[in-house]
Amino acid sequence: MKVDLYEKIWMWAALGIVVLFLASLGFSYIGRAIQPPSHVEMIDPEAVRTDEEFGNPGVTINADGSATVVVQAFMFAFLPQEIRVPRGVPVTFRLTSADVIHGFQIVGTNGNTMVVPGYVSQFTTSFSRAGEYLIVCNEYCGLGHHVMSAKLIVEEGAGSAGSVGESGGVR
Amino acid sequence: MIGARRLALANFWVAITAFGVAAAMALMQALSRADLALPWRTPKMYYLSVTAHGVLMALIFTTFFIMGLGYVVTERSLDRPIKLRRVGWASFGLALLGTLLAAWAILWGKATVLYTFYPPLKAHPAFYIGAALLVIGSWGWSWVIIHTYLTWKRENPGARTPLPVHGYMTTIIVWILATIGVAAEVVLLLIPWSLGITEKIDPILARILFWWFGHPLVYFWLLPAYVIWYTMTPRIAGGKLFSDPLARLVFVLFILLSTPVGFHHQFLDPGVRAGWKFFHSFNTQWILFPSFVTAFTVIASFEVAGRLKGKKGWFDWLGALPWGNPAFSSVALSMIIFAIGGFGGAINAAYGMNAMIHNTAWVQGHFHLTVGTAVALSFMGIAYYLLPRLTGRELELSLLARIQPYLWFMGMLLFSVSNHLTGLAGMPRRIYQFDYGGSEIADQWVAGTGISALGGVLLFASALCFVAVMFGTGFAGKKAQPQPIEFAEPLETPNNKAQILDKFWIWVLIAVVLIMAAYAWPIGEHLATPRFGSRGYSPF
Repeated sequence: MKVDLYEKIWMWAALGIVVLFLASLGFSYIGRAIQPPSHVEMIDPEAVRTDEEFGNPGVTINADGSATVVVQAFMFAFLPQEIRVPRGVPVTFRLTSADVIHGFQIVGTNGNTMVVPGYVSQFTTSFSRAGEYLIVCNEYCGLGHHVMSAKLIVEEGAGSAGSVGESGGVR
Repeated sequence: MIGARRLALANFWVAITAFGVAAAMALMQALSRADLALPWRTPKMYYLSVTAHGVLMALIFTTFFIMGLGYVVTERSLDRPIKLRRVGWASFGLALLGTLLAAWAILWGKATVLYTFYPPLKAHPAFYIGAALLVIGSWGWSWVIIHTYLTWKRENPGARTPLPVHGYMTTIIVWILATIGVAAEVVLLLIPWSLGITEKIDPILARILFWWFGHPLVYFWLLPAYVIWYTMTPRIAGGKLFSDPLARLVFVLFILLSTPVGFHHQFLDPGVRAGWKFFHSFNTQWILFPSFVTAFTVIASFEVAGRLKGKKGWFDWLGALPWGNPAFSSVALSMIIFAIGGFGGAINAAYGMNAMIHNTAWVQGHFHLTVGTAVALSFMGIAYYLLPRLTGRELELSLLARIQPYLWFMGMLLFSVSNHLTGLAGMPRRIYQFDYGGSEIADQWVAGTGISALGGVLLFASALCFVAVMFGTGFAGKKAQPQPIEFAEPLETPNNKAQILDKFWIWVLIAVVLIMAAYAWPIGEHLATPRFGSRGYSPF
């Protein structure tokens, strides 16, 4: 198959771009251990409200200073309504839904996950800027979808002395 | 006059009607972005209209238009009548019945589940049965085209498959591989569940099957647009196709790359292991390559057109192109838009950046560039070319037809760029209001949503022009002797070069292996894990 010289150059350049993109994906996956957020854990959606963990959603500060935030999502709110975490420490979010699929997005950060009934979503991040953040549901869940929100308050605290960890990078 | 003319026109008219209704729905959504207090603007109406707009545009307009164009392209480029025309009519009837069932469920407020219909949101069974009938109808259409092609091959041993049919065969192959996923979701999971035969459903399994279908679906839309770009627009511009074998290579690459990529829509889902998401992210990046090649080949074909008209120099040929002919300008403008959409697509497919924009307004900004313009505007453009040739009438309101692509281009730039920006600033997609109790953070989206509302109004005006020209031409156009439908000649006849690109069974075989690698294992793994089902909810 004869290919025009200019088109040949263009095709090699296009291939080069694709390989560059793949290399940067591979480097972040292997070299820097930045993997697609993922967690495989099941929970009975009908038992969420009586579940020991998700029935009592809230923030726990762990012995090492990191925080664990347990969130219950349902039509059309998140519990707790207000989440307070220290600045600069690893914060692990654990979420599930008691009814339909919801989204959980901390506006202005890469804290973003689907919340699916029957499954526990989990991701870890950290916040380098203190202040108030808006949390919104970003998956259509019914006629009240646009009012489904919560507040995240990142506080200067005892645990905030540490620097942003590898899992961070959140503004 | 072609044999399957009435069949093609029937499909086109359903497509155009669906487009008109969906555009009217979009106007209301655009005004919602400007937060105007209109009396009929309620959350119920808003989410209902988002569902109707998505289903009618993305599933009905596209599918019927693609089926109609398929009949025209196959019959004209093979120069033989379509076989099995009765099967074609039966398929049309089934698809139309399905459309009416689903439309009834949506417009009566019984299926406000959006066009992604993720369970455990539960619609009226008519919605899912309608969707299934649409897909079965499209399979019937696929069989008619395949059968006609195979008959032609038997009658013309050794002849090279004409490029337009090569493109349409890849379209059909991609469609069949894709719809296996959604057929399994709708028939095995959703219909029994919505009828009350099964009580519970696994939302992640449904999402995996949906996105098995949902991503190749976009190539089912895009490939017929590529057939237009490669084989019709260069001719309309007065040029020749720059390279025939490379066009075939592009089509074949889409058979391989379309399907094993669906998890890039599920990067933020629980229940799917990171390794599978990475594998699909990796596969997705390759799709950039055939689109880069397309950009070169098609633009080079336009340059050939300009040079054939005697233009010299680097850019003089641009001025010699028929910018006043909407059948050309629509494609040229949609290619510019598609380039922007392609770069956005590379961002979406990289999971690190995806976390910033997943389910934000960025996403609707993105797909209105790709399906909403590269595909839809190309279809509108070719409709200006085809309708007079199929109906034997002159194009009415041709001034409206001439400005329509430019109006769409401007409206879409405003709409889409502003949606990308508000999405980056964290505004979720598909929300009726974005007040969030007077949140200051949500306040920063206001400028962007205002611009997107303005873009939406321009798009609506453009859609009105298109629909007016179509119905004006179809029902009131002056009778005239129709001109022939012609395809672009390649600069160099393909002869026997790269014959392997026409041997579809090889590429289907490799595609099946890739799909097995990408889906069989993760689905098997998923089914082997103990899970809990969800009962249905209809909060609308």
